[in-house]
Amino acid sequence: MTTTTLTHDEAHHHEAPQGWRRWLFSTNHKDIGTLYLLFALIMLFLGGASAMLIRMELFQPGIQLIDPDLYNNLVTNHALIMIFGGVMPAAAGLANWMIPMMIGAPDMALPRMNNLSFWVLPAAATMLILSFVIPFFPGGGTQINTGWTIYPPLSLQVGMSMDFLIFAIHLLGISSVLASINIIVTLLNMRAPGMTLLKMPMFCWTWLVTAFLLILVIPVLAGGVTMLLFDRHFGTSFFDAAGGGDPVLFQHLFWFFGHPEVYILLLPSIGVLSHVIPTFARKPLFGYKSMVGAMLAVATIGMVVWAHHQYTVGMSLGAVTYFMIGTILISIPVGLMVFNFIATMWRGAMTFETPMLFAVSIVLMFTFGGLSGVMLAVVPADMQYHDSMFVVAHFHYVLMPGAVFGLFAGVFYWLPKWTGHMYDEKLGKIFFWTNVISFNITFFPQHFLGLAGMPRRIVDYNVMFTEFNVISSIGAMVFGLSHLLLLYIVIKTIRGGKKAENRPWEGAKGLEWELESPPAFHTWTTAPQIK
Amino acid sequence: MSVKEHSGNYFIPDPSPWPIIGMVSLLTTLIGAALAINGVAIGQVVIVAGLLLFFYLLFGWFRDVIKENLSDCYNKQVDTSFRMGMLWFIASEVFFFLSFFGALFYIRNIALPWLGGEGYLGATSEVLYSGFESAWPSHGPRELGGDFQPMGPWGIPAINTLILLSSGVTVTWAHWGLKIDNQKQLVRGLIATIALGLLFVSLQAYEYGHAYAELNLTLETGVYGSTFYMLTGFHGFHVTMGAVMLMAILGRSMKSHFSAHNHFAFEGVAWYWHFVDVVWLGLFVFVYWL
Repeated sequence: MTTTTLTHDEAHHHEAPQGWRRWLFSTNHKDIGTLYLLFALIMLFLGGASAMLIRMELFQPGIQLIDPDLYNNLVTNHALIMIFGGVMPAAAGLANWMIPMMIGAPDMALPRMNNLSFWVLPAAATMLILSFVIPFFPGGGTQINTGWTIYPPLSLQVGMSMDFLIFAIHLLGISSVLASINIIVTLLNMRAPGMTLLKMPMFCWTWLVTAFLLILVIPVLAGGVTMLLFDRHFGTSFFDAAGGGDPVLFQHLFWFFGHPEVYILLLPSIGVLSHVIPTFARKPLFGYKSMVGAMLAVATIGMVVWAHHQYTVGMSLGAVTYFMIGTILISIPVGLMVFNFIATMWRGAMTFETPMLFAVSIVLMFTFGGLSGVMLAVVPADMQYHDSMFVVAHFHYVLMPGAVFGLFAGVFYWLPKWTGHMYDEKLGKIFFWTNVISFNITFFPQHFLGLAGMPRRIVDYNVMFTEFNVISSIGAMVFGLSHLLLLYIVIKTIRGGKKAENRPWEGAKGLEWELESPPAFHTWTTAPQIK
Repeated sequence: MSVKEHSGNYFIPDPSPWPIIGMVSLLTTLIGAALAINGVAIGQVVIVAGLLLFFYLLFGWFRDVIKENLSDCYNKQVDTSFRMGMLWFIASEVFFFLSFFGALFYIRNIALPWLGGEGYLGATSEVLYSGFESAWPSHGPRELGGDFQPMGPWGIPAINTLILLSSGVTVTWAHWGLKIDNQKQLVRGLIATIALGLLFVSLQAYEYGHAYAELNLTLETGVYGSTFYMLTGFHGFHVTMGAVMLMAILGRSMKSHFSAHNHFAFEGVAWYWHFVDVVWLGLFVFVYWL
């Protein structure tokens, strides 16, 4: 099957279009996937650079490098860039590349909209960078010193940078919702004949649930920041108690989005793991159906437990109790996923290539982050830990292994398929070990800092916290720089290397491995029949 | 290879400039908006430039889609993709409105009682806002915006409810006409729907004028004004969008673009119109009535 055009010749469809038009005007899921991944890589370095600046400042007590407002702005940008610019686009890039190849579809269901959802991202990044740059100019107002949660009333007092940030969030939301609509429609409407929902590869399932969550929660964030915009400029009082509003209302709206967002970041990586672990354990995934069920449970419960991010704000006893119980309940389906992964590895013929190393480290470290999450879910305990470095350590243990390492595993796993070349396994392993060791050096000491009482989001700290901060900062420098090796490996693999076979991994299963490496510009133009 | 040879043939469009134009227009408009609300003079010009580009984009993109549709590029599967896409888009819109309804419920049922001193968490109100009694409608303990009268349900809002409900009927009547290839009924039904939609918007505009001039009910009237204008304002904006979409569909109907079996664009807009209708019912009950 070829695609038809309105004009005349269809022959050019067999070949990739040439020049800049190929990338700017693309309607091809593979090219758009590459664009997503490139964008994510750039943002990873931008967000990483801001994190390294933060850790440099925290190397010693006192204020050495950056003044407090700039510090807070860097904290804000680090979060926003990593979440919206790094992890989500990278996951969307994997989805774009892999979903059509995995389900035997010729492309995404709505190819032009696919390109729009990508190109809105650079626009959002521009707005975000403008919000950071503007305060450096005369009359540009104050830095965004609120953190990524932009709570009022502080966010009502920030200068015009905040408006750029609000509009950046609107753009990011548009991009996510469009991409999610596309992914859901692709998964529901474009599967090859015979591929029932319960035969769908796990990565596709995770993205189906992720996209569903995005469509439900992103508009609520958009509504919340719109109210913020109106409170700032048009005299409404949604978040102003003097007019009958409530600043806490914003926290509810924000975390109604923000908590499901955690699963939005996490689930695609769980999907990657569900392919990587069976491949390198050479066993089918243990408990496919229970994984699907657990994921649906996580998504459902995850929608209704948002307020555990705001225990200390003063909610009624009934409310905090409900949110505590709901939050702790989530550990049951999440635990089930972890046990499924362990059971998949049990007595498997395991080998430890780079993707598998990342996968095993995720099972270990994400579980660790999950357990400190259960500690934080307990209301009386959280009253002590709240807004301390313990929280920082917790969510980095969840999000780095849980989301980012999963994406790394996916990139290493599928790079041979994308480029047609094997990556340098030795370098991959060096990258894994420096990455994972320096990650732990960075964030493990922060647990102790938090328990000892060091607050987060503050530029200075008491001298008693110096030692652990020094360790953490040294780890962070190594951790940040180790990603240059990732960049080198990726570039090296794109440029050449050992030729990859169609199925470079012995134990890999699925439609994507039946295609050549690299795949043709259009694949599955005739849908395969699934038995 | 022709389309007909393969039943599973899925249309994949040529490389298209519209998405990137969309990106540029959105970015321009929003930069303009951010400048304009901060009093930078050039902002408004930038907004207008961005919006012009955006309308150019809408015309161009939809022209391509319509051309493709008329030249039979879309098979059943593509049609299903469009339908699903529209439904999920409406789902996201529903949640956008839910954030504002959620804000309204939260303020009425939780925030205001606390401010009025209810429950053990309300103890601070004695210090901060002593003597404030929570009631609805409210413009808060500091009575922002001055004395006002709330908007009652049984005048224009009730009439507007009837108008929107009957527009739901007329658009369905038009759909029935389309299904039996009765073009006259289709066009008449659409014209009636658009007329009712525009009547609705005009009455809303009149109501706003009345509220500002006579009731002293403004956007600054505390939290009642905030929720009232944001909810009805976003709804009015959606009705306007829906009416514009209906006009486009009317134009296409007059050119006989639709057939009894191929009319996704019509149905997509009709669904959107029903969605706007349902949101209004929520507004009428929770904003005007209760």
